[in-house]
Amino acid sequence: MSEAEFPLWEVFVRSKQGLDHKHCGSLHAADAQMALRMARDVYTRRMEGVSIWVVPSVAITASLAEEQSTDFDPMADKIYRHPTFYELPDEVKNM
Amino acid sequence: MPAPAFHAEYVLRLADSTLVLGQRLAEWCGHGPMLEEDIALTNVALDLVGQARLLLSHVGSIEESGRDEDALAYFRSESEFRNWTLLELPNGDGAHHDYAITIARNLMFSALTVPMWEALTASSDQALAQIAAKSVKEARAHLRHASEWTVRLGDGTPVSHDRMQAAFDRLWPYANEWWADDPIDAAAAKAGIGPMLASLKPAWDRTLDAVLTEATLTQPTRTRFLSSGKHGRHSEHLGYLLAEMQSLARSDPGAQW
Repeated sequence: MSEAEFPLWEVFVRSKQGLDHKHCGSLHAADAQMALRMARDVYTRRMEGVSIWVVPSVAITASLAEEQSTDFDPMADKIYRHPTFYELPDEVKNM
Repeated sequence: MPAPAFHAEYVLRLADSTLVLGQRLAEWCGHGPMLEEDIALTNVALDLVGQARLLLSHVGSIEESGRDEDALAYFRSESEFRNWTLLELPNGDGAHHDYAITIARNLMFSALTVPMWEALTASSDQALAQIAAKSVKEARAHLRHASEWTVRLGDGTPVSHDRMQAAFDRLWPYANEWWADDPIDAAAAKAGIGPMLASLKPAWDRTLDAVLTEATLTQPTRTRFLSSGKHGRHSEHLGYLLAEMQSLARSDPGAQW
């Protein structure tokens, strides 16, 4: 059962009340259909969701942990980028 | 007022079959070929045990002595069980679990239970119809899982192909028990409780034909072998299965958790 025959897939599940798929884990599978079936068995046992996406892990490019401070610290002191002076009505609270 | 005896007998065959197969699949827990399949098989087992609980409780409510699900599952002896013999066979040769046997059996059984549950949703027995409405979705998922693995293993490597073919060759004769004429089936069909199993054969044949063809497997020739589990005459395997399944309950009858 090699990595070549059973590569890694990342699993995203959208919950019943949710709007977006959330990453919930990964699994090994031979192809997309098998990955979907397995994700259903492994990650939705407790009614976690109603929709599943699976993506081959190699398709995901992630930012590096070592560069986290370079990437994200500069945002901490730029309050002028946040629209804090508007009052949002309740109907658009997901904005 | 208790229902006629054939009513309980008819339901008990399905109830005991789901219980026994659930028990066999549970033997895979911790021994699956990979984590995801370990969970897949035990999920199927849980579904089946859930169906068994509902069906056994229902049998208890329609039979004269009114036993509950636990009394029926844990305190009946071998000759009182009515499961079809196919489900009590071991997962392999006894020493080793065989995935091909497991998948082949799941395919054969779920290809029967999908049309059976579908027909039972129209049962004159309301409670049974409700159990069917829930169970048919589970059975469809089981059929999907078994079909997809049959195709992958059949149309796989020479080793996996040979093992799948051997598994079907070995299990095929046990299907004859479903198609054999039966007064219990006939009485249940007449009362609108459920279909005659023989009436499900065309749907079963279509499903097995399609899956075996895609899996590049050959359909085994039909023989005259006829198992008799539904009459309480079981293979040598059921005794061992029940001994293990019932031992805890029997060691302290009436214990509460």
